[in-house]
Amino acid sequence: MQSIRFSINGASFKTEVDPGTPLLYILRNHFHLNGPKYGCGLGQCGACMILIDNKATLSCMVNLEGIEGKTITTLAGLSAKSGKLHPVQQAFIEEQAAQCGYCTNGMIISAVSLLKDNSSPSEAEIRQALQINLCRCGTQSRVIKAVKKASKI
Amino acid sequence: MQSINRRKFIQTTTSLSIGFTLFGCLPKENDANRGSVFSSPSMPARDIPDRDQIDAWLQVLEDGRIQVLTGKMELGQGLTVVMQQVAGEELNIPPGDINIVLADTGLTQNEGYTAGSRGVERSAMQVRRAAAAAREVIKKLAAENWGLSPDQIKIENRKVKSLNGQKEISFADLLKDQQFSSAIPENIPLKAKEDYQWVGQAIPHPEMEKIVRGEALYVQDLRFPGMLHARVLKPLIYGAKLLSYPEEVAQMSGITKIVVNGSFLGVLAKEEYQALKALEALRKGASWEVENPTIEFSSAADFMLKNGNGEKISNSNKYTHNAVYAKPYTMHGSIGPSCAVAHFEEGLLHIWSSTQGVYPLRSSISDLTGLAEENIRISGIRGSGCYGHNGADDVAADAAILAMDFPGTPIRLQWQREDEHKWEPYGSAMRMELSANLSTQGKITAWDYQLWSDGHSTRPRGDAANLISSRYLEQPFEFKPRARVGGGTRNSEPYYDIPNPKIQDTYVSGPLRVSALRSLGAYANIFAIESFMEELAEKAGQNPLAFRINHSKDERSIAVLQKLSEVLRNVSLKEGEGIGYGFSRYKNTAAYCAVASLVSVDLSAQKVQPLKMWAVIDAGEVINSDGLINQTEGGMIQAASWTLKEEVKFKADEITSKDWLSYPILRYDAIPETEVFIIDRPELPPLGAGEAAQGPAGASIANAVYGACGQRVRELPIEKALVWL
Repeated sequence: MQSIRFSINGASFKTEVDPGTPLLYILRNHFHLNGPKYGCGLGQCGACMILIDNKATLSCMVNLEGIEGKTITTLAGLSAKSGKLHPVQQAFIEEQAAQCGYCTNGMIISAVSLLKDNSSPSEAEIRQALQINLCRCGTQSRVIKAVKKASKI
Repeated sequence: MQSINRRKFIQTTTSLSIGFTLFGCLPKENDANRGSVFSSPSMPARDIPDRDQIDAWLQVLEDGRIQVLTGKMELGQGLTVVMQQVAGEELNIPPGDINIVLADTGLTQNEGYTAGSRGVERSAMQVRRAAAAAREVIKKLAAENWGLSPDQIKIENRKVKSLNGQKEISFADLLKDQQFSSAIPENIPLKAKEDYQWVGQAIPHPEMEKIVRGEALYVQDLRFPGMLHARVLKPLIYGAKLLSYPEEVAQMSGITKIVVNGSFLGVLAKEEYQALKALEALRKGASWEVENPTIEFSSAADFMLKNGNGEKISNSNKYTHNAVYAKPYTMHGSIGPSCAVAHFEEGLLHIWSSTQGVYPLRSSISDLTGLAEENIRISGIRGSGCYGHNGADDVAADAAILAMDFPGTPIRLQWQREDEHKWEPYGSAMRMELSANLSTQGKITAWDYQLWSDGHSTRPRGDAANLISSRYLEQPFEFKPRARVGGGTRNSEPYYDIPNPKIQDTYVSGPLRVSALRSLGAYANIFAIESFMEELAEKAGQNPLAFRINHSKDERSIAVLQKLSEVLRNVSLKEGEGIGYGFSRYKNTAAYCAVASLVSVDLSAQKVQPLKMWAVIDAGEVINSDGLINQTEGGMIQAASWTLKEEVKFKADEITSKDWLSYPILRYDAIPETEVFIIDRPELPPLGAGEAAQGPAGASIANAVYGACGQRVRELPIEKALVWL
């Protein structure tokens, strides 16, 4: 079995588990990273998103094989080592931009990815970046406010 | 707890910091849990005191903190922060310092279901009284200890102190490590409202930080040593019988067991992905017999009219204005498919579930398994938002069936997206026919309302048959619908001053599984009534808000409508835009809510764009203003999605709405800006508000679409009904 090397939240690993395993299950079940959530397994809802080389990516649609040599950051890896929250995380708290919170992971990851490329996005660009992310509680108008706020920090 | 599997993942650098907090620690052992809301898999069960006892609701922890035990669940509606606020206020303890334990048959009161917007009205008010009673006990005890009178005692900085500050003791020391042991007095004095520090304020939700950090919080995040991952292969369609399945799947890598019981088929595996691969192999190789194909129809309104068990009364000659409205079957559509963990050992079954009702679920699981209720414990733990009776109870039953077939090992089962879409109990389709007469002065002089609806609750209440898989076991449970409209009549009576309104409901047994979806029949009834009110206002030549005010006697109705009118004073419409309104008092007894929607309609681009939604809400005494705003905003956006887009699609032998492409919901390109105004009534009791906005919001969207393009949509969803250019 081939050995796959990658890094998660700043630490490097190699592994020989089934290379077809979707990354979502590896992160949740082997690394106990609870940020990425199973929502659809079909790339339609965004609940499972993570950053791969700083790009928001659906972890249900990427398998281990696809991450050789890549750098993965999950929700838990966004905050500083001191525990200080990423500005997007902080803005979500300030705007209380969640209800059940199940989709929040994907919304934060999409926003962080957007702000890395575009530090002052327009509202249309924010909506475009979050288009993949579904929320059923209806907190999207708060999420838009939170992302706008984070872009000003 | 399992640590990282080092055999499979070899760390090649040091200083790994994974975001995993140990679940299940008692709060006294882990200060990091300070003020947290938690469900603790390891908290031992207790003899639960009676409802009128302080310690049914409130405990003192060893470290001196106060813990509130509620029989309700946190569904994302923010109930836990409300509990913290009311308890903290009475005890003069910052809300964030109060620990909350969610519904658990081993720990908390039986408070039935967390549903119907009654959590604040009932549970939180009892917690408030228990906290007030605890405060009085604390003062009395300290006064006795120090030879003072109770009014010389205060609670400050989490300690009990004498007014002069010379004496000080912790709650735990004062109670000598005992719990409160007295009843809540009937007329317990509550803190004076003018002295409130936290109630009414926008206190942030205690779990937001855990959410943004991705910490373990949900039933989906539970992990136990040796836990196996399960998947179930759902039948092809309702009533399908399993003829055969590929037995060789049992030999696939990592598969521990295939569980077969009649047409119930499940797989247990060491790794989740192994369970998934086995599920796909089972799906491919299984053969089914479809016995009773379901009924197809294209129009809910026509189906309901033809299949209702009552006679339609012909009104056409009695009334000058008639209109027929309808809504299709709609989904709860939780973003996280339902999940549960079950563990059966030595005759005891423990289930961790995001059910809305741990006790009703327990009695139903007892019926399903034959275990006595006292041998079953159900611990409530957060899940993905449910918005009513979704798959949460069903998946708990599935997990129980699997766990009892494989004792001694915790079994984690999460449904697949397709399972949730196809098997959740949907919100019922409804048909609403309205007729009215108007006087020459523009007053409604006659009103007739006929409604057709399938049922609105098949929640498990002791009956295993309401847990879907029970119907597919070798010894199946027979489901008998209650055959009545039930909650479908909610808000069917207009909350307006109309002489002798006639209201009639007709039960229709439809083809799909149905149960309680947020606000039950209120959404469709208010959609119909409030659409009709705007149609009548137009006929009367009146402003639609003024027309409603002219038909209102309740000053609180008039106040929300007038406030909405003020808020909109400076809104001007552009070409292709329309504004519409909706109003209701939820259940005609709970919160008052008036909503306005601004939409643009471009018929040639086939696009309806909700631009902004405003709400004015009066929910009596406001406990958490931001929580109330959040619920109202969310209710409006959710209802905008229902109204514009949603319809469960099905054929005779297949439910074709199986994912988010075949059942689209609102995405970010169509999210309106939202603004909510509260009319606070601190002198009045708080009113449930989690379901107040849906009905008015849905109607306001339909009314705005009419304003924008002149098309009156009476059969939802709007995007299907509109005639595009």
